[in-house]
Amino acid sequence: MAELGDIAKYIRSKSAGPFWVTIDIFCHDADSFERVAGSPALAPRAIAELYGVSENGVRQYRLPSIHVLKISFPRTAVQGSLGDVDSHAGQYFVPLLSVEID
Amino acid sequence: MTAGDAPRCKILVPSGVLGAGCHDEAFQRGVALGPDCLAIDGGSTDSGPHYLGTGTSKMTRQATKHDLRQMMLARDRLGVPMLVGSCGTCGTDSGVDWMADIAREIAREEGLTARLALVYSEVTAEQLMPLLDAGKIDALEPALPLTRERLLECDHIVGLLGYEPLASAIAEGADIILSGRTTDTAVLAAVPLMQGFPAGASWHAAKTAECGGLCTVHTRLGGVMMTIDAEGFDIEPLHAANQCTPYTVSAHLLYENSDPFRLREPGVLLDASDADYRALDERTVRVTASRAEVMPYTIKLEGSGSAGYRTMIFSAIADPKLLARFDEWLGNLEAYLRAGISRVMGVEEGGYALEFRPYGKNAINPVPAASPPHEVGLMTLVWAPTQQQATEIAKYCNPMLLHFPLNMDDPLPSFAFPFSPAEVELGCHYEFKLNHVVHVDRPDQLARTRFETIGEAAHG
Repeated sequence: MAELGDIAKYIRSKSAGPFWVTIDIFCHDADSFERVAGSPALAPRAIAELYGVSENGVRQYRLPSIHVLKISFPRTAVQGSLGDVDSHAGQYFVPLLSVEID
Repeated sequence: MTAGDAPRCKILVPSGVLGAGCHDEAFQRGVALGPDCLAIDGGSTDSGPHYLGTGTSKMTRQATKHDLRQMMLARDRLGVPMLVGSCGTCGTDSGVDWMADIAREIAREEGLTARLALVYSEVTAEQLMPLLDAGKIDALEPALPLTRERLLECDHIVGLLGYEPLASAIAEGADIILSGRTTDTAVLAAVPLMQGFPAGASWHAAKTAECGGLCTVHTRLGGVMMTIDAEGFDIEPLHAANQCTPYTVSAHLLYENSDPFRLREPGVLLDASDADYRALDERTVRVTASRAEVMPYTIKLEGSGSAGYRTMIFSAIADPKLLARFDEWLGNLEAYLRAGISRVMGVEEGGYALEFRPYGKNAINPVPAASPPHEVGLMTLVWAPTQQQATEIAKYCNPMLLHFPLNMDDPLPSFAFPFSPAEVELGCHYEFKLNHVVHVDRPDQLARTRFETIGEAAHG
């Protein structure tokens, strides 16, 4: 077991339009990519629970050629709405850093 | 590899947004390569609903003028078309007029003459209502219900144009095209598409170059040159010391796109799932096997409208005794304030909103911290239908934000206020109201184009 923040090379999040956030998990190599992309701790159900969003809205994309797992889901607060604390969704990735990966 | 004399179309993209600046050495190197067109995006929703709500630019006029001058001077020397999309950040009519005014000023100062096309794409709620009634407006995911009332709540609505109205303006003789809201990619793909280069390569190249140097290794060394041909496209940085690699170019499709493989544009779907990325040399990447599928022609709508006003108080706390029991303190404070807002101010729940953001605690990160914070900056936000009401409620909160004790029998504490007055009026609050597309019969259905000559000939 290790935390995702220690396994991944770089993780970033950003708005993809006002209604979506997208998170890119860049891994060092094919092995760490397989470990991350196959982890149930990053499956749509776990992401939905971590962020308090609907599992149906969570999308996962695998880009093995560049060792990236991409996760997108509708933002919990629409960009600029009253409850929005992160307009560009630039810090949405932070809760992922401490997720335990097998 | 492409043959040296095969038809190619070179587009110089100075940066990801007009006003961000392009390293001059990089820009001049790009100009020396003889591009067939200069194209840049001028806008985005990325900075929130305020700009569309107010019809104003995020970028300063001075920085915008600096970049526009660099492009207009180069365009005049090269004699090629130049395009600026989504003028004034939000692409409203006021954004196009603002940019046109800057262009006229530059033309006067530099003694340039050019045929200008202004392509507007702002639409009114009234214009959209028959389309709504006819079932021609679809919600995108996550779906927001759309009614006539919701359309009327928008202060500004823009349609994200495709490339066709821009291409028409060039075909009619425009040298400089300043457009309202347009997809970032359409601005860059307009010239290759109108010249008949393949849709897959043209859209994929545009998607790669739309953020300027972001698809390169040294992202601050200026923009890129995209070169389209019959089989694919090449992409290289403008700056000789910068590089594009298969990694930086393929990874760029991730950026700000929820789906990195399939990207929707007006009338077309770019499918980059099987695209091949190959280094031509140490700084140029060749991309092939990008596909484009023809889709129903839809134009995405963006709408923003005012929704009340906010006033903020920012206060700060470093007392370790309080920080050890911060959540309990904040809960008591909130209950006290809400009761008082009702009893003293006579404002009931629903007539206002009160929100606390304890920066340093968990204002943005929901994961609980292992130990109490060193200090906390407490942002208190009050929302109300008018600015005056929001400020009155904030003023009511002020003494308790300064003095609310941890235990009711504690001697009166005081916390740190950074300003006097403590209340900061945030002005009108805007919200995005639309996440929809409209089916149109013609690509230029929501576009209005006006031509004029700027510079010396305009007065001669």
